[in-house]
Amino acid sequence: MSDTKKFVYINRKAPYGTVYALESLEVVLIGAAFEQEVQLVFVDDGVYQLTKGQNTDGIGMKNFSKTYSALGDYDVNQIYVDEQSLKDRGLTMDDLQELTYEDEDDDWAEKSSMKLINREQLAELIDEADVLLNF
Amino acid sequence: MSTLHTVNKSPFERNSLNTCLSVVRGDSTVLLIEDGVAGALQNTTASASISDAMGKGVKFAVLGEDLDARGLAADRVIDGVSVVDYAGFVQLAADHDNVQSWL
Amino acid sequence: MKFAIQINEGPFTHQAADTAYQFTKAALENGHEIFRVFFYHDGVNNGTMYGVPPIDDRNVQAMWSELAEKHDLDLVVCVAAAQRRGIMDEDESNRHGKGAANIAPKFRISGLGQLIEAGIQADRLMVFGD
Repeated sequence: MSDTKKFVYINRKAPYGTVYALESLEVVLIGAAFEQEVQLVFVDDGVYQLTKGQNTDGIGMKNFSKTYSALGDYDVNQIYVDEQSLKDRGLTMDDLQELTYEDEDDDWAEKSSMKLINREQLAELIDEADVLLNF
Repeated sequence: MSTLHTVNKSPFERNSLNTCLSVVRGDSTVLLIEDGVAGALQNTTASASISDAMGKGVKFAVLGEDLDARGLAADRVIDGVSVVDYAGFVQLAADHDNVQSWL
Repeated sequence: MKFAIQINEGPFTHQAADTAYQFTKAALENGHEIFRVFFYHDGVNNGTMYGVPPIDDRNVQAMWSELAEKHDLDLVVCVAAAQRRGIMDEDESNRHGKGAANIAPKFRISGLGQLIEAGIQADRLMVFGD
């Protein structure tokens, strides 16, 4: 068994209505310290986790959407968004916050962590995962 | 690599089965458990999608204990869907390379 | 084969903990190893000893405690999720001035790293939830 495994987090739930999105993010942040390969997938209602301009003042819950933009600092920079899920919900990538990381192999150039994928690519990500964490 | 996909939600309540079927590959298996067993039955609005996937080589299984609990007889299950028990569930998980739970 | 089990729901609202229990039991009966059972989200509620279900219903917590006793299972309750939901061992209870612990026998409280480690060490991670 190789020392490094590919951990793929499949996020399919919207934020706030249930706790899964928040507590999934907590696993990702802790998991980042274990130096495994990490990929995050946002599919179905999971795409709502990344919308811009979330304001939770009115519902009295903690707004954790800004935490996603810190993922790059944790070397979590393979973030996949399912195109079909966006389309089904009348959303585009412009509705989502932009997640970036600084590429240490390229003079710390700021690059996008996000990639739009189709269902075939999603199938491949699932297929090639060593560990699938579902939230 | 082959994946065991588990679906525990009724296709009449959630889209888990739908999304699962849109990514499942020919060498993989879909196991229907808990309320997901509703997806394994004949003559429902979900039956055709199961048959279609089966035509592409996807294997299907359903947890017998969950069918029994819900009063759904095994003879109502779509032809070609195998009925397994918990030991069969364990075996399926061991036989595939990874497990994707469509919660 | 070495399995790790993750349980995301409590003992009664969802079937997840029951299914996970039946799976774990079947895996052990068929000669497999359970590396760890990790309780997350509302799944931490499986680890309170204060549940008193009616006599004609199953007691999911007691089932886990017994299975763990018999097979020396490692039942881990996530500390962050547990604190939010009031599941505490003696140390946690003292630290937060709560006066009483409620963690059930054979369960222990630890960090999320235990879940990641289980993913690394086990051949398969099984997630049971809603």
